[in-house]
Amino acid sequence: MTNALSRLLETRDWLLADGATGTNLFNMGLTSGDAPELWNEEHPDRIKKLYQFAVDSGSDLFLTNSFGGNASRLNLHNAGHRARELSRMSAELGREVADKAGRPVIVAGSVGPTGDIMEPVGTLSHADAVEMFHEQAEGLKEGGADVLWLETISAPEEFRAAAEGFALAGMDWCGTMSFDTAGRTMMGVTSADLVKLVEELPNPPIGFGANCGTGASDLLRTILGFSAQGTERPVISKGNAGIPKYHEGHIHYDGTPELMADYAVMARDAGATIIGGCCGTMAEHLVAMREALETRPRGERPSPEKITDALGAFSSANDGTEEGAGSNVRKTRRRRMAED
Amino acid sequence: MSDEQEIILSELNDEELVEQMFDDLYDGMKEEIEEGVNILLERGWEPYRILTEALVGGMTIVGADFRDGILFVPEVLLAAGAMKGGMAILKPLLAETGAPRVGKMVIGTVKGDIHDIGQNLVTMMMEGAGFEVMNIGINNPVENYIDAAKEFDADIVGMSALLTTTMPYMKIVIDSMVEKGIRDDYVIMVGGAPLNEEFGKAIGADAYCRDAAVAVEMAKDFMGRKHNSLSA
Repeated sequence: MTNALSRLLETRDWLLADGATGTNLFNMGLTSGDAPELWNEEHPDRIKKLYQFAVDSGSDLFLTNSFGGNASRLNLHNAGHRARELSRMSAELGREVADKAGRPVIVAGSVGPTGDIMEPVGTLSHADAVEMFHEQAEGLKEGGADVLWLETISAPEEFRAAAEGFALAGMDWCGTMSFDTAGRTMMGVTSADLVKLVEELPNPPIGFGANCGTGASDLLRTILGFSAQGTERPVISKGNAGIPKYHEGHIHYDGTPELMADYAVMARDAGATIIGGCCGTMAEHLVAMREALETRPRGERPSPEKITDALGAFSSANDGTEEGAGSNVRKTRRRRMAED
Repeated sequence: MSDEQEIILSELNDEELVEQMFDDLYDGMKEEIEEGVNILLERGWEPYRILTEALVGGMTIVGADFRDGILFVPEVLLAAGAMKGGMAILKPLLAETGAPRVGKMVIGTVKGDIHDIGQNLVTMMMEGAGFEVMNIGINNPVENYIDAAKEFDADIVGMSALLTTTMPYMKIVIDSMVEKGIRDDYVIMVGGAPLNEEFGKAIGADAYCRDAAVAVEMAKDFMGRKHNSLSA
């Protein structure tokens, strides 16, 4: 156990992660379409302020401003060649804030998807994906990230490629996928599939889980799905603060701090160890979540009914994991023999 | 490995062949689809009939299973790739034979949004349903939609956004079209992960499409109504 996160996990039975990055940066003046990663250089004060929000709200861990910091995403802003450098800066700023916190705070180097679909269905080769993830990992490592934090992934191929890239940089990591399509990822991965995938990796993550997706209810159903597999690994739960609503030209998330506090406690009861928010989760949500985790006792594993009563309905009838789920079975069709 | 008999496409009668093509589309087998299209052409089928009965018919099954959470994006992309193989053969022939027009759509992500997986999927599914689609890519200001819709003689304008910060731009596009008096020339469909029905209504779109399969169903529905109102 050489990384700071594993050491912290030995002393605590839950950790509070951070909230939204994008939502907070837009409040500080980021314009839609601009690359947030460029702010690591242009507005380091604002990025430190973002990290400070999390620390001051009681987060034990925050993610760096490097979600779109891979070459493929940055290429859309003509900055593909700066992936390593911008990632390094994001971690350096994080290190600065974390080291002044007066308590252990983990700097987790955020790594988002490439945005490309991988072969054979798409165009991105495994080798190219590994190289991109490796490049970003090296930058985050140079900047002083404690661990790497893969998030919002939907394809198993991409999850594997990232793990391989991280291994090349010799970094420990965590990884989460987004389960936003009838309880599965866009590419069809179920919660049970991810548990299996994680254990098959030569360098499995310290913790794994779910982030973003649809709403707090769906996210907790996914957490129940992980723990039902009997995983021994810390489970990560980072859900959105409700659902985005359009109101007089602006978008706001409808999840209140009270709702997120309930969500945090239920996530812990469902088996999550690292609990945080995602889109729409602001400082006041984190404060309420921390307070709830510190003051409310652990309860029983919540039933799906308890989750929907507290947090609202699921977006789909099932999440592809229940046995005999009925309709979610691919039809068996006649298949011709391969001709090779 | 398999004890199944290899199927020789050319030995099947028309009905069996179309059914086999449904299966091959479902399984994303591009070469088999191309072969099937060529056999039907040799047997004297009109290109438009091949498009609607064999290809669109097969993709309708794919779309339904995608909508119902039985198939997911990877399978749909493979099926769409197979469909595309067949379409490449049919497209010039359809133009030559003056086949009826299913519908035309312009689609793109709105200004500030660079996430295009969703709209690419819609493009493929719409093409799978026989629509002609002009995909104008990412980060589109108002003018791009308006110019493309005019140039392409579109029936439908589709807008996509993945971010809550970019979705309000959809309203700017619609409001601009209203100002120019061209709003009602098009059916406007919107989609993207953070959107919902309520949002679609609030900004004045004709439809919010939860996923690519729903987009296709709605587009067909709108085109059906359009044809009816023109012939009425």
